[in-house]
Amino acid sequence: MDSPFSRSFTIQGKNFPDAGNVSTEIKTMLKELGVDPAIIRRVAIATYEAEMNVVMYADEAILIIEVTPHVITILIDDRGPGIPDVELAMQEGYSTATHEMREMGFGAGMGLANIKRNSDEFTIASTVGRGTTLKITITIN
Amino acid sequence: MVLSDVQDLLRCVLFSGEEFMNRPVTYGCASDLMSDVLAFSAAGALLMTGLVNVQTVQTAHIAEINAIIFVRGKRPDKKLIAFAQGKGIPLLGTPYSMYEACGILYRAGIPSTMKCGQNVSTTNSA
Repeated sequence: MDSPFSRSFTIQGKNFPDAGNVSTEIKTMLKELGVDPAIIRRVAIATYEAEMNVVMYADEAILIIEVTPHVITILIDDRGPGIPDVELAMQEGYSTATHEMREMGFGAGMGLANIKRNSDEFTIASTVGRGTTLKITITIN
Repeated sequence: MVLSDVQDLLRCVLFSGEEFMNRPVTYGCASDLMSDVLAFSAAGALLMTGLVNVQTVQTAHIAEINAIIFVRGKRPDKKLIAFAQGKGIPLLGTPYSMYEACGILYRAGIPSTMKCGQNVSTTNSA
């Protein structure tokens, strides 16, 4: 992998049966690109949590991943209700999840914190009534 | 220890993944919350859970979990077994509770991979 590689995916909100498929595709793609397994695991966990958030809360999102020899950047831009208090949402344990979400093993208020934990850089911007944008950067080496 | 030893210790039913029973087992984790598995587990861990659905297998695949053991006698359906086979994740089921299953494996020398308790004092300050 010498030159930058970029790919985009669409994530459908409320599509619970397919939740996780985009992250699985990304994991397979990074393996094929020869990325270090420890880095792949961090990217896969961060994108899976972000994908679950879109499925649980938003209408639709575009995920764009760019891979260079030194850094992986992931942008997730969703159309949805947005987050009224981002600082509160970032706290471990805070959740607005429904019973259905909790039955799947999610919605325990760990998602955004897990994404941040696996990122070297993480930014979040949200507008109520429009949607949320996450930018995740994971450095290779 | 390998997965077949765990199968004997926990009196497990094997639902899928017979070809993986020689996989080494060096540490384990247990949770019904998949975000906790993603946050606190490590690659290669054995997962014990009472959550039986597609997200359990998706989480195991994403987190590089070695095998899933469903506790309390829970059983996956055929669709979930096929899904796990496609991901190369063995599925087993034990009649023991989560607490009992973890205790048996811990006593047999399988430590926890979850890193969440590292800062917790082992002495009672009360």
